[in-house]
Parts: sequence; structure tokens; C-alpha cells
Amino acid sequence: MSDSVNTIVDDPFAAAMAEDDVRGRSLWMDAWHRLLKNRAAVISGIIMFVMLLVVLFGPMLSPWEGDFTDWDNTSSPPSLETGHWFGTDAVGRDILVRTLEGGRVSLMVGLVATLVSLVIGVTYGAIAGYYGGFTDRFMMRVVDIIYALPFMFFVILLMVVFGRHIVLIFVAIGAVNWLDMARIVRGQTLGLKNTEYVEAARACGVEHRDIIRRHIIPNLLGVVMVYVTLTIPQVILVESFLSFLGLGVQEPMSSWGALVNDGAQDMESAPWTLIFPAAFLTVTLYCFNYIGDGMRDALDPKDHF
Amino acid sequence: MRQEGIIHHATSRLLGLIPTLLVLITIAFFMIRVAPGGPFDGEKVLPPEIRANLDAKYHLDEPLMQQYFRYLGQIITLDFGPSFQYKDWTVNELIAQGFPVSLTVGGLAMVLAFFVGTAIGIAAALRQNTAADYSIMGIAMLGISIPNFVVAPLLILVLAVYAGWLPAGGWDWSIQRMVLPVITLALPAIAYIARLTRGSMIEVLHSNYIRTARAKGLPGHLVIRRHALKPALLPVISFMGPATAGLITGSVVIERIYSIPGLGSYFVQGALNRDYTLVMGVVIFYGVIIILLNFIVDILYSWMNPRIRFDEVM
Repeated sequence: MSDSVNTIVDDPFAAAMAEDDVRGRSLWMDAWHRLLKNRAAVISGIIMFVMLLVVLFGPMLSPWEGDFTDWDNTSSPPSLETGHWFGTDAVGRDILVRTLEGGRVSLMVGLVATLVSLVIGVTYGAIAGYYGGFTDRFMMRVVDIIYALPFMFFVILLMVVFGRHIVLIFVAIGAVNWLDMARIVRGQTLGLKNTEYVEAARACGVEHRDIIRRHIIPNLLGVVMVYVTLTIPQVILVESFLSFLGLGVQEPMSSWGALVNDGAQDMESAPWTLIFPAAFLTVTLYCFNYIGDGMRDALDPKDHF
Repeated sequence: MRQEGIIHHATSRLLGLIPTLLVLITIAFFMIRVAPGGPFDGEKVLPPEIRANLDAKYHLDEPLMQQYFRYLGQIITLDFGPSFQYKDWTVNELIAQGFPVSLTVGGLAMVLAFFVGTAIGIAAALRQNTAADYSIMGIAMLGISIPNFVVAPLLILVLAVYAGWLPAGGWDWSIQRMVLPVITLALPAIAYIARLTRGSMIEVLHSNYIRTARAKGLPGHLVIRRHALKPALLPVISFMGPATAGLITGSVVIERIYSIPGLGSYFVQGALNRDYTLVMGVVIFYGVIIILLNFIVDILYSWMNPRIRFDEVM
């Protein structure tokens, strides 16, 4: 018995196989290394990390409050002397602090609304794919129908009908953004549900609900993560779009979209009120898109949906 | 056989649109009706008699279900009813006035996006992994990432306010006033189409039949034009459906920034004024357009793609 083990270990081909095996098992490490080789994604990741820190802690370090009106310096251009590095708006509020505080809201909306769409989409897609048959056909038909609706108009309708509350923004955007997620998850589940380990679990008498939760969903995470990174910038964009139209977050709260809207009003006299929030918003979207792209290439090199 | 298959496929897809349209109308109707505050809740409180008369005139005093079916009946005859806010105007008239403007801007943007986007995408694919490719794709990513409500004010600032070459807004059907809105609206679509075209073109260029075409000595531009272009454009074709939806949504913002009297401005105005009939009318109208365009794109795609077969159950 021990002899045969030795011969296998000595065999260089078998050793190579075994090595392959090890690499095959650490799929996540594999993807991670591929991601690290993607320069654009890594740089974007670092920038986003710094952005997150600055947005979170920056306002605390600044001498100004977001709603403080500095009457000595209204519409003053960026300057080190006044202490308003990004300048002030028409009522003397510090643009730097307002941009950072707006960033908190924008990023929070991006994360929370994506989470909402993630929960709905993964649950829905996993159930449809796992049960199959009529359930699947019916559930996916519903998705098809909703998919064809002019989604932005419905978000606007929701905001108008139920008022502009921040929680509603999360829900409204998340509730209309889960369709892609549901489709992708369903497709993956269809493939997963016939694998041996799921069949084994079923044979052991594990309940359907537990199979979905413990065996299906964990194996979907790779694809789901890629999609989450691509959804976050979309959601941030939708929120800023709404805020730009005056249908999103309301004063005194602000977001990058709302700030861009304010800035666009007095851009002729004070272009810095437009340029700084716009730059922050754009850099964020740019970086998230690159991270998402990089993750997609790293996690499933072949499959581009 | 194939012809029949496509017709069969088209009919079944067309029938499948009916529930979608019903859901569209139903959601729009009930969402607006549960909204707190009605169209006549203005600053001044109306005397109850007048209020009752108004409600009766617009059938707001009927039970909800009766209103719903009345509205459904109207929609089937393509009548969106009177506008609540713009007195003396029907929603049909408002759509007839706003839509040609929106269609012109959106249509031009679409054409621009298609040609510029595919050209850029092909150029990048032919120079795959060179500095030119990377910079083109970097710029394209920027085009996707910069929201059009950021691009628009910046363009106005630079080209209209500082340089003074173009008018900053307004609408009189002149080319000068169309340039900025059309470009702004087209930019994200150009970027998407360029990325799609590049990806699919690279894939096609690596396929065997392209190698064969090159091997038999066909000049490069002919290989592209005759053999690679059509399959490489397939993803772009199927993107045209979502692209339209994107352009329509984008037009809401664009029309506001450039003060264009299109359907999007009416929609935002109607949404802020709780103009039930106008908002529903626009949502349904745009919904139908998006649904129909998606349908056309779908059929066009299956017709162009020889790999799609119709003998199986779709």
C-alpha cells in the first residue's frame, strides 16, 4: 500500500498533476493573482480606498462644517489663504466639505442599493433556477416583463409618488436593479443544481431551502461579486441623475449629483462649484468600472455576459 | 424553412408583448393613483362644489377599478385623455408637440453613436494591445463613466460661454442648437458601442475563417468589410435596444439642461406637478417605444445571426 503511494509521488507527471490539483482548488487565489496583474484595476482599487478614507474622515478634519455659511467668502475661488481649498458656493459654504459629505451619501446609496438588489436578485434567481419547471418559467417571464419597462421613469415615478426620502432612494433603485442579477444567478444555478455535491446533499435528505443556502449560493459568489462591482457605479449614477433632476436627496443632505446640479446653476460665475463634485463623481465611476472589468476578467476569463 | 421560422418567432414574440404592455399600464396607473396629493391640491383650496365638478369631469369620483378599466379602454384607442395641468391641451397634443423634438435629438444621437462607435471599436481592435488601443479604450471608459449631466454643463461652459461658438441652449430646429445636445447624448452610447465592437471584433479576427480569408491573400480591408464586420456587429445590434432606452432616459436630463421643449421636459414637469394623465401618457408612450424597439432589434438579430435556429422551441 505504502509502496504504491511512493511510486505515485515519485512519478513526475503525477506530481505535476497533483500541483495542478492544488492550483485548481485555490480558485480564489488564482483569481486574486489575475486581478493583481491587472494594473488598471489595482490602481483603481487603491484610488477608491483612498477616496473612501477621505470621504469618511475628511469632513472631521476640515475646519468647516458642511452647512456653515462663511459670509466673508461667498462664491470665492479655491484658495489656501481663505482656507477654502475648493472655494465656496454662492452662500459661502465650503465646497470641499460639501463634496466629501455628498460623497458619503453617494457611496452609501451605491452600496446599500446594490445590497438591496443583491438580496432580491440572488434569492429570486436561485429559487427560479433551483426549482425549475413551471416555477422557473413563470418567475423568469415576470423578469422579462419588468425588464421591458422604462426603468428610469419608474424610479422617477416612485420618487414623485412616495416623496424624496433617502431610504426610498435605496429601495427604489435596488428594487428596479435586481433583474440582471436574477438572470445571471438563475443561469448559474441551472448549472449548479445537477452537480454531484448538490445531488449528494439531496440524497442525504437536506431540505431544498438549506441546499440553496449552503450549497448553491456560496458557489455563485464569484459571478455575483463581479456583478456587484459593476452595479455600484450604475446605482451611484442613477442616484446622481435623480438628484440632478431635483428628485433625489434633499437639503441639507447632499450628494454628488445634487452638488453638480447646484454647480451647473452658477458655473459661469463660479465654475469650481461644478468642477470639484463632478470630478469626484467621475473618478469614482471610472474606478469602479475598471475594478468591475478587472474582476470579471479575473474570475471568469471566458464568460463575458 | 428559415423564413417561416423567423415569422413564427416574430409572431410569438409579438404576442408576448401584450402582458408586458398590460403590466406597464397597470403599474403606471395604480402608482400614480396611490400618490398622496391630487392634481387639484394647489395653493388655493377649491370650493367643494367646483372640486366635485372637476372630479366628475375627470372621472376621479368613480371607484378605482372603474377608472382603471375606463383608462384601459382609452389607451386601446390611443387616447391618453386631457392633461390635468396644461388646461385645454390633451396629452396626445403634448406628445405630438414634444416627441418630434426628442426624436430628432435622439435619432441623430443614435446614428452618430452607431457610426462613430463602431469605427472607433474597429480601429482599436485592429491595433489590439498597442498604446493606441489602450488610450482609445481608456477614453471610451471615461465616456461611460462621465454622466451626461456633467458633460453637458462642461461643454456649455467651454464651447458656449468661454469660446462662444455655439448657443448654450434653446431650440429652434437649427443645426447650431442641435450640435451640443446630440453630442452630449451620443457620448456614452459611442463609448459602449466602441467597447462592444472592439471585443467582438477581436474575437472574430481570431476565428478560423478569417485566418482562411487572410491565407488566401485577401487584402486586410476586404477581410474586415466582407467577412468580419457582420458577425462583429451582432452584439452592437442587440445593444441597440438598451441603447434606445438609455438615450430616452438621457434625453430627460439633456432636454432640461439645454432647455429643449421635448417630451422629457414635459415628463419632469408633469412629475413635479402630479399631472396624472400626462405622466402616465409619457411613461406608456415611451414604454411602448422601448418595447417595440427591443422587439425589432431581437428579430433583426436573429435574422442576421446564422447561428440562431428556429426549429427548436424558443
